[in-house]
Amino acid sequence: MTSGAAVVGEDRPAAPNGADPMRPRPYRVQRIEHETSDTFTMHLVPEVGHATFPFRPGQFNMLYAPGVGEVPISISGDPSLPQVLVHTTRAVGAVTKALGRLEKGGALGVRGPFGTAWPVEEAEGSDVVFVAGGIGLAPLRPALHHVLEHRGRYGRVVLLYGTRTPEDILYAKQLRKWRAELDLDVHVTVDRATRDWRGNVGVVTTLISRVPFEARQTVALVCGPEVMMRFTVLELERRGVSADRIHVSLERNMKCAVGLCGHCQIGPLFVCRDGPVFPHARVRDLVSVREV
Amino acid sequence: MHDLQPLLATHPFFAGLEPTTLALVAGCASNVKFDAGQRVFKEGEEANQFYIVRQGRIAVEAFSPTHGPLVIQTVEEGDILGWSWLVAPYKWRFDAHALDLTRAIALDGKCLREKCETDHDLGYELLKRFANVIGERLDATRLQLLDLYAAPAGRLK
Repeated sequence: MTSGAAVVGEDRPAAPNGADPMRPRPYRVQRIEHETSDTFTMHLVPEVGHATFPFRPGQFNMLYAPGVGEVPISISGDPSLPQVLVHTTRAVGAVTKALGRLEKGGALGVRGPFGTAWPVEEAEGSDVVFVAGGIGLAPLRPALHHVLEHRGRYGRVVLLYGTRTPEDILYAKQLRKWRAELDLDVHVTVDRATRDWRGNVGVVTTLISRVPFEARQTVALVCGPEVMMRFTVLELERRGVSADRIHVSLERNMKCAVGLCGHCQIGPLFVCRDGPVFPHARVRDLVSVREV
Repeated sequence: MHDLQPLLATHPFFAGLEPTTLALVAGCASNVKFDAGQRVFKEGEEANQFYIVRQGRIAVEAFSPTHGPLVIQTVEEGDILGWSWLVAPYKWRFDAHALDLTRAIALDGKCLREKCETDHDLGYELLKRFANVIGERLDATRLQLLDLYAAPAGRLK
């Protein structure tokens, strides 16, 4: 066991909200939106008599599909509206497919919130560049909500979003609305498209050199597949953004979510407890080591 | 022709080029305009230009008999389009058409090839710069091929 890790039942870490972090709280599905062919967004409310809890942008919950299992899913809703938990999930395995089969009123368990947050307060006064790849937009959305709700506190705000095809774009309606009504510079690119698509085609990293932001006064929040994040960081650094102002959200095999089991361990860090959001400067040497 | 030299000098692609060398390049340059939907080039045709996009956007496409034209890349203001002019047999590998009204500087590839054959310093400078363009395209293509945003094959939950 890693030095400093607690032993179950002996020195169990408490959840930030004081609840038992190992006990799922009962929730019900308020509604489900189908975003793409394999991705859906669940709106969850607590069972009667159970309280909601606040969360910070970037944190995740463990969602428990009764009788099937548990899975870590980032919170993708508005942190100023914590009374409804919003999670966007891709149905790829047994648990997420079971979650996807839930209907309105369906029961599930929720543990959380866990993990570190996007540094939205520290970014005040800076330009903010969001770089999302695929479903990586979901963990960034709470930070987008926060920044746009406090728009005057930030400089330029840019969202660069890459995905597979136009049909795979998440939150398309909301992105159009934000672009039209709020001071958000949205650039979407897809890997491939037919002629019906009028937008960009190419990888998201190619957008970085095209958009205006003051590199030395920029905080970059990056979430997506790790290879995409690696190349994104290279481009951001080439543009002049320093590694300590680039924040990434890592995905590892989170199981306990409280830094006990070690499944998500990367070097000395537990992604569930010390992350998932890290300054890139803190993890750059770890993510490049294949053995961890 | 030569009035394009100051414009070329401001483009990062030509940064650091000696004025005399840039003048040789500018001698092969001309302004071009494409209306929205207009073809820029077609697969198999002779590739005798490359373009520096000044305004608008161009889609590069591959034609699939089963899917029709598939857009594989878009280029926009500031981007360089085309390097088939540099590589024998000097034929376009893909199609391209303007998505919007597009203005660009066209560099005559035949003219440049001839100048590069007689002035190897110019040839080396252009090759160094195009090696960067080609390298960036290759990186981007490899990332696209990885299909990073697809559902992960392992650790399914």
